[in-house]
Amino acid sequence: MAANTSSIKIEHNKNQNNSVVVEMEHLKKSFGNNHVLHDINLVIHKGENLVILGKSGTGKSVLIKCIVGLIDLDEGKLVILGQNISELNDKELIEIRKKIGFLFQSAALYDSMTVRENLEFPLRRQMNPVPKETIDSLVKEALQNVGLADAIDMKPSELSGGMRKRLGLARTLILKPEIMLYDEPTTGLDPITSKEICSLILQVQEIYNTSSIIITHDIECAKLIANRIIVMVDGKCAAEGSYADLENSSDTLVRSFFE
Amino acid sequence: MDKMISRSNQREVRGIENNTKQFSETIPDSVFKKFFLEVYSLTIFTLRFFKEVIKPPYEFNEVIKQSFIIGYKSLSLVGITGFIIGLVLTIQSRPTLVKFGAVSLLPAMVAVSIIREIGPAITALIFAGKVGSGIGAELASMNVTEQIDAMSVSGTNPFKYLVVTRVFSATLMLPLLVVFADTIGLLGSFVGINLKDKVSAYLFFSQVFQSLGFNDLFPAFIKTFFFGFAIGLIGSYKGYNSNKGTEGVGKAANSAVVFGSLMVFIIDMIAVQITSLFQS
Repeated sequence: MAANTSSIKIEHNKNQNNSVVVEMEHLKKSFGNNHVLHDINLVIHKGENLVILGKSGTGKSVLIKCIVGLIDLDEGKLVILGQNISELNDKELIEIRKKIGFLFQSAALYDSMTVRENLEFPLRRQMNPVPKETIDSLVKEALQNVGLADAIDMKPSELSGGMRKRLGLARTLILKPEIMLYDEPTTGLDPITSKEICSLILQVQEIYNTSSIIITHDIECAKLIANRIIVMVDGKCAAEGSYADLENSSDTLVRSFFE
Repeated sequence: MDKMISRSNQREVRGIENNTKQFSETIPDSVFKKFFLEVYSLTIFTLRFFKEVIKPPYEFNEVIKQSFIIGYKSLSLVGITGFIIGLVLTIQSRPTLVKFGAVSLLPAMVAVSIIREIGPAITALIFAGKVGSGIGAELASMNVTEQIDAMSVSGTNPFKYLVVTRVFSATLMLPLLVVFADTIGLLGSFVGINLKDKVSAYLFFSQVFQSLGFNDLFPAFIKTFFFGFAIGLIGSYKGYNSNKGTEGVGKAANSAVVFGSLMVFIIDMIAVQITSLFQS
C-alpha cells in the first residue's frame, strides 16, 4: 500500500460498478423535537467513495450511525448489502456489522490495550478460533499497511493524532469490510498527515474495492477522494454531484462549501 | 411493535435511553420524576444484566482479568485497613471492659464485631470507593471516547463484555476480600491485646472461635455478595449511562461511590432485619 496518491486518483474511478451496497429511502430521525434527518434518499454503489459535506449539526454523523445500527431510525427503509436493517434480529445485525468498518472521529481506540491488542480484539471476537500465528501475521500485515509496524507494543496514549487515526483505520480494515464509514477522518490533523490519511482511504478503495461514505469538512480531502459528493443542509440532501459540478453550482449555499 | 421493542433491547445501543424516554413521557413533571426515572432505568439495567449473564457466549477470560484487577489489586488496601480496624477497636474497647472487669471477653467481643458488621461494612465501603468509582470512571471514559460504540460496531456486545464481567467479578471478589480483611483484622486485634496484656495466639484464637457461631458467620458472609453486586452494578450503570464530556466522567465516578456506599448501608439494614428474624 505504498503507491502515491495521484496515481491512485487516476485509477480509482475504474473500481465502481453498478451494484448497490447501501440504499436509503425516506429516512427520518428525530431526537425529541429536534428533527435531525428529513427524508433522506441515497444510493451507494460498490467501490464508490461518497463524500458527505455539511455544516456541523446537520445530521451527517447520525446518518452513518444509523447505517451501522448504533442509532435506530424513526422512519424509512435502509437496505445494506441487500438486507433491510430494521428487519434484522441481533445475530443478523452482528453479521452485517462484520461487513461494515467504522472509523470514528476520535479513532475510539481501546486505551487499556496495546496497539497489538487493539488489532487482535476484533479478530478474536469475530472469527472462529484462529491459530495465534494467523492472528500475529494479520496484525503485522495491518500495521505495515498503515506504516505503524514499529508501534506494535505501544499504548494508544503514546501515539500522535495521525498515528491514532491510522491505527483506527488498521483496526477497522483488519476484518476486510465491504463498506467503510469515515467520520471526519482528517479533523484535527496537519495538512501532511491529512494527505496521508486521504491516500490511505484511496488505497483501501483501490485494494479492497470497498464502498465508502466519508464525512468531512476538509475540501482538499473531498476533492482528492470523492467519486460523488452530497451536501447536507438541515438534515436533507441539498445537492449531489461530482466535485466539479458542485463547485460551479448555481446554489450559493452549496458553492460556499467550496470557496 | 413487540418485535421492534425486543430487537431494540437486544441491540447494543443502550436501549435504556429509549425505554426511559418512553416511560418519562407517561408521567407528569414533578420533583420525584427524576428519582423515579433513575429507579426505572436502573431496574431495566439490572434486568438486562440477569438476561445477559445467563446467555452464552460467556466471557470467562474477561471475568478472570477483572477479578484480578478488582480483587487482587485491592488486597493491600483492604489488608492494611482491616489490620488497623482490628488494632484500634481492641485498644479503644479495652478501657471499658477493664471497668467492668470483663477484659477477658475482649477477643470474643472484637471477633463478633469484626465478623458480623465492621469487617463486611468497612471493606464494602472501601470497595465502593476504589472499585465502584474505578468502574464508573472507566466505563464513562469509554463512553465519552466512543470506545463502547466501537465495540458495538465491531460485533461485540459491550454490555456483556464490559458490564456483566465487572458486576460478576465484583460480586465474587468482595466476599473473598471480606474474609481476608476479617482475618487480618483479628490479627490486628491480637497485636492490640498484646500491647497491654500477654495473650498467646492459641488462647486468643480459641476464644475467637468459641465466640463465633453459624449465625454470626453465615449471614455476614452472604450479605457481602449483595454488597459486591450492588457496588459493581451501580458503578457500571453510572459509567455506562454517563453524559458525554469530561464532566460526565467525574459525575459517574462520584455518584458510583455515593450511591454504592448508600446501597451498602441499605442492604446491611435489610440483612440485619432478616437475620434477626431467624435469630429470634
